[in-house]
Amino acid sequence: MKSKFLVGVGLCLAALIASAPIASAQTRTKVTAYTALENDQLQPFKAAIEAGVPDVEIVWVRDSTGVITARFLAEKDNPRADLVIGLVATSLLLFEKQNLLDEYKPKDSDKLRPGFRDTAGPYTWTGMDAILAVVCFNTVEAKKDSAAAPVSWEDLTKPAFKGKIVMPHPASSGTGYLQVAAWLQIMGEEKGWAFMDKLHENIAVYTHSGSAPCVQAAKGERMVGIGFDMRGAKEKTNGAPIDLIVPKEGVGWDLEATAVVKGSKNLEAARKVAEWSATKAANDLYGKYSAIVAHPDVKSAPPNYPADAEAKLVKNDFAWMANDRERILKEWVKRYEGKAAPK
Amino acid sequence: MSGDARLRRPLIREQTVATLLVLALIIVLVLIIALPLWSLLSKSLQNASGGYVGLANFATYFATPSMVSALFNSLGVALMTTLLVVPLAFAYAYALTRSRMPAKGVFMGIALLPIFAPSLLGAISLIYLFGNQGVLKGLLFGHSIYGPIGIVFAEVCYCFPHAVMIIATGLRLADGRLYEVAEALGTKPTRVFFTITLPGVRYAAISAAFVVFTLVITDFGIPKVIGGQFTVLATDAYKQIVGQQNFEMGAVVGLILLVPAVLAFFVDRQIQKRQVALLSARAVAYEPKPAPMRDALLLAFSSVIGLVLVAMLGMAIWASFIRYWPYNLSLTLAHYNFGEFEPGGWEPYLTSLAMAGCVATFGTGLVFLGAYLVEKTKVPMPLRSLAHFLAMLPMAVPGLVLGLGYVFFINAKSSPFGWLYGTLAVLVINTIAHFYTVGHITATTALKQIDGEFEAVSASLKVPFWTTFRRVTVPISMPAILDIAVYMFVNALTTISAVVFLYGPSTKLASISIIHMDESGATAPAAAMATCIVLTAIGAKTLHVVLDRLVFSRLQVWRKR
Amino acid sequence: MLLGIGGRMAGEAGAEAVFVAIRNLSKHFGAFQALKDIHLDVKRGEFVSFLGPSGCGKTTLLRAIAGLDRQSGGTIAINGRDVSNAPPSERDFGIVFQSYALFPNLTIADNVGYGLVNQRRSKAEITARVAELLAMVGLSGQLTKYPAQLSGGQQQRVALARALATSPSLLLLDEPLSALDAQVRLRLREEIRDVQRRLGVTTFMVTHDQEEALSMAERIVVMNHGVIEQIGTPEEIYRNPATTFVAEFVGRISLLPGVAHGIDAVEMAGRRFLATRAAEIADGAAVEVGIRPEAIRVRGVTGSEPNALPVRITDLEFLGAFCRATLVAEGAPGLTLIADFSANLLRDLGLQQGAAITVDLPADALRVFPARASA
Ligand SMILES: Nc1ncnc2c1ncn2[C@@H]1O[C@H](COP(=O)(O)OP(=O)(O)O)[C@@H](O)[C@H]1O
Ligand SMILES: [Mg+2]
Repeated sequence: MKSKFLVGVGLCLAALIASAPIASAQTRTKVTAYTALENDQLQPFKAAIEAGVPDVEIVWVRDSTGVITARFLAEKDNPRADLVIGLVATSLLLFEKQNLLDEYKPKDSDKLRPGFRDTAGPYTWTGMDAILAVVCFNTVEAKKDSAAAPVSWEDLTKPAFKGKIVMPHPASSGTGYLQVAAWLQIMGEEKGWAFMDKLHENIAVYTHSGSAPCVQAAKGERMVGIGFDMRGAKEKTNGAPIDLIVPKEGVGWDLEATAVVKGSKNLEAARKVAEWSATKAANDLYGKYSAIVAHPDVKSAPPNYPADAEAKLVKNDFAWMANDRERILKEWVKRYEGKAAPK
Repeated sequence: MSGDARLRRPLIREQTVATLLVLALIIVLVLIIALPLWSLLSKSLQNASGGYVGLANFATYFATPSMVSALFNSLGVALMTTLLVVPLAFAYAYALTRSRMPAKGVFMGIALLPIFAPSLLGAISLIYLFGNQGVLKGLLFGHSIYGPIGIVFAEVCYCFPHAVMIIATGLRLADGRLYEVAEALGTKPTRVFFTITLPGVRYAAISAAFVVFTLVITDFGIPKVIGGQFTVLATDAYKQIVGQQNFEMGAVVGLILLVPAVLAFFVDRQIQKRQVALLSARAVAYEPKPAPMRDALLLAFSSVIGLVLVAMLGMAIWASFIRYWPYNLSLTLAHYNFGEFEPGGWEPYLTSLAMAGCVATFGTGLVFLGAYLVEKTKVPMPLRSLAHFLAMLPMAVPGLVLGLGYVFFINAKSSPFGWLYGTLAVLVINTIAHFYTVGHITATTALKQIDGEFEAVSASLKVPFWTTFRRVTVPISMPAILDIAVYMFVNALTTISAVVFLYGPSTKLASISIIHMDESGATAPAAAMATCIVLTAIGAKTLHVVLDRLVFSRLQVWRKR
Repeated sequence: MLLGIGGRMAGEAGAEAVFVAIRNLSKHFGAFQALKDIHLDVKRGEFVSFLGPSGCGKTTLLRAIAGLDRQSGGTIAINGRDVSNAPPSERDFGIVFQSYALFPNLTIADNVGYGLVNQRRSKAEITARVAELLAMVGLSGQLTKYPAQLSGGQQQRVALARALATSPSLLLLDEPLSALDAQVRLRLREEIRDVQRRLGVTTFMVTHDQEEALSMAERIVVMNHGVIEQIGTPEEIYRNPATTFVAEFVGRISLLPGVAHGIDAVEMAGRRFLATRAAEIADGAAVEVGIRPEAIRVRGVTGSEPNALPVRITDLEFLGAFCRATLVAEGAPGLTLIADFSANLLRDLGLQQGAAITVDLPADALRVFPARASA
């Protein structure tokens, strides 16, 4: 009758062991990294960082861009993060403006493409790669409805796509926000919102994450997903009947970047990781998960990735994207949230 | 032995020890239950910088259309679910208790299945069944499963076992003599049904309705997975707290969620009192008479419901083995390779196991010791009543609300418990508090059945009560203790709503991992993780039953005559 | 000095000293007063029974002595030491409950040895003591059984052995026999009495069964509504009940309304009967006159006795060895008496229902009580 308790006690001990640093890891510094990287990137990234910076152990806190951003801001008086890895530059600029990031410039950062590193004010963040929004178009489902593949954003407002499109919620997803910002930049604010009003009529759901739209399109759960580029390519490689379309007006994008948190209790270790993040080795790793990487020498050609993507990146004003983020999201929520659920 | 030794006063008096223990229990319960709730309340009256703003947050809440619409959505969905579940559960419970339908045991077991799964498992199954690529999509006639339809459907299944258990208990209390009299008077069966059967379970049905309503309105997993754009209070609270770090508004939503739960709690207590009167009047157990037509109909009905419940579990399990739904239906274990979809790989599952193990161990210990102190010691009544009240409190507090309370309590600027945030300890403590009441009631019931004079006998033999607790009370209460442990284990495995606010980087639980994987579109791995949870929970229960039957009966020879 | 185990042999010097002294004891449960102003002195080695109807406060008094439920007021001294505020473990008593409260998961040996283990005695010593105790209650050889495997009477004996294991100076029994069937109960009465005498342990026994109290106790404390009605030996209680309550509660008695008359007589239904009464009852006061059924004389009554009374037998109830007769005084239907007639008597005198006879109510058998307010 006591065996049950022994099992329980055993589990508890196991838990304590699991949550406590393992003996061999005792000399390593635990560095808490806030991230919005894709789940499948986290284990390889942790392994690579710990190989590159041997005295560091990475502890991930992962959530979608909006959540991580909100959480980071909420904790500004008492930061729990040492490091931010793989968060969009828009958010990092916001942090920089609020003086929440450590001024630190990795040696190798000068070797990166000019657009991929902090240029204004104190140097705080270092770019890793670009993330893009693309249109994932399920050809099987389209055939059933005899819907033609869209070539422009305007095409997506056609009645044929009513209730068939998913895109990420811009407040929670980085991909969502970068595309909303792109529309406003290429069409101008007024036309941009008018376009989104029409698009909203066709949207089935605004998903929490930037990956979900292309996954849902890949599985035929929806016909069209406006979502994270690499997820779309990966699903296609896995055999999903989707085409990755880059609308002719151009696609939104943002940089994923790294920064050290001001007030980190492990500043030394965090800076070492930042140092690593600008190296060629690190950029080689980014190249496995991204088509466009900060280091000019890293050429990445992911399978099934749309060839014309890089050429069609919209011209981004990152400062505007960061400064007006709150205003744009507020407007977006006012217009599209809490309305009767579209079908 | 000299007379001096016989009358020597012991160093510590038992009474002192007992009083100190009860005081300690009260402090623990205040810390883990009352103070978090208090934090929630005060947070809702503060602004972001902690200044008192009165009801301003509530004003903001009711002035924001999207939030008010979530409130009405919640009420609507909860009402709809209640209206569906209660009659269905009644018919099912009726079949279990008032018919001669075959395989009643199997049907009872099937009805309980949803208890062993996180609520969102049913929602995942629904996506596979009725989603845009669902096998039964045609049955929806063009309506979307994402939204109120899906939520209600999944909630109906999720709440079904609770309603069936309550109503079946009510039906079992019937006085068989009433039926014999009615029959002797030549009353028509329909009239018997409406004049005897229905009034008899009236209270149970009301009780079930309130329980279901509260379960639905506070459930987070199902609307999160299948709600689509349809927001409800629970998802709103999550969005406010996790998504926007808007703690004040989260507190407001939490308090609004507390209202129906507290209401249900008091209505239920009122009803329990009347039920007692019914119970004491009962005389003869009802024996259903053979009625082939009735039994056939009820069997058909129960089979349909049973099939739905099994499908709601089975679909997600099956889907977790499908390579690429719906384009490649070959089977694979790939989705169980969680490292591909979840930074921790299998770690969340192990963390869940560890958490559930700790909750079962420490929770059962605390609950049973607490119930013992309240029930059996001679500590002054007001103290024991206070402890009992605190122990009953979590019953009225939905997990989500308690979780929010913990967030505020731990993260308060002046809180000495900040270091607990994100630790396994806080998850364990929160979960123990969340499920405290049912354990407390179980323990109290078991203790009440034990001879009240054991403590008196020990005192006369100069044996301190803690020795008797260890040598006698615990061994003879072992079945109840195991019941509590399994209850706590299973619930700790499947709980989401409370812990979703409290987990930390190294303490992500399986249920949270399911949410995250589902959020990123990885539905199959989410189903796979949920499958692991279900199988573990059912495994624990099976182990319990087997232990109870085999090992236990051998260890407890003294129970036999 | 303080007492040791050997100091409790009956008849030993000092045995006459007061062992338990209860003063002004009261107990409230909220507004309800369960015990009022209880005074009681008990000598060492005495067997005292608390007798009274259910709910009169017997158990409450016993638990107060044990310290299990603290009194609201008053004091309790055991062996000269004021234990009013001492917890049970400092009072040195053994207790047997109506339910026996045997630990179901422990063997008989473990139950009996339960209090010994805590005294840090050696294993061998405990085993020997347990064997001795079980032999004393006639249960040798049942050591390894569990309580559920024993009969009610055997369980009762185990409970007694367990209570006596630590050689307490006080033994408290709360309705120890009431859960048993009649035959076992009779046998156990004697066994308990026997053990108590052998050990000389001062004993309190709660019972609502007057026969049990009369046959076992050296002194009986009759209680009603939280107060002591009378304290006395069984004979005193039976022959000289202090109140109508005691008279009615202990044994059968006929209580007849009357009026005190002169210094040594009462008047009932217009007739005068000789009867002594307590000095407090004034001449002319309303009284109740009691007589036990067996005290009514029939044989050899001439009619010239001062307390002769012509009656008619209105009912004869056959009760085996004797018959209980209902007698109504001729010409005074208010005077109804109960009398017990042996089978012999019935046969010898040819008594039948409806017969008119003359009975004698011996003056020394008449008890005169002040009339109850409600009577
Ligand atoms: N714990 C209690 N709370 C309130 N009333 C009590 C309690 N225990 C006993 N009583 C009341 O005190 C009275 C005496 O009880 P008790 O001593 O058990 O009677 P008995 O003479 O039958 O042993 C009864 O009226 C009983 O209802
Ligand atoms: Mg009693």
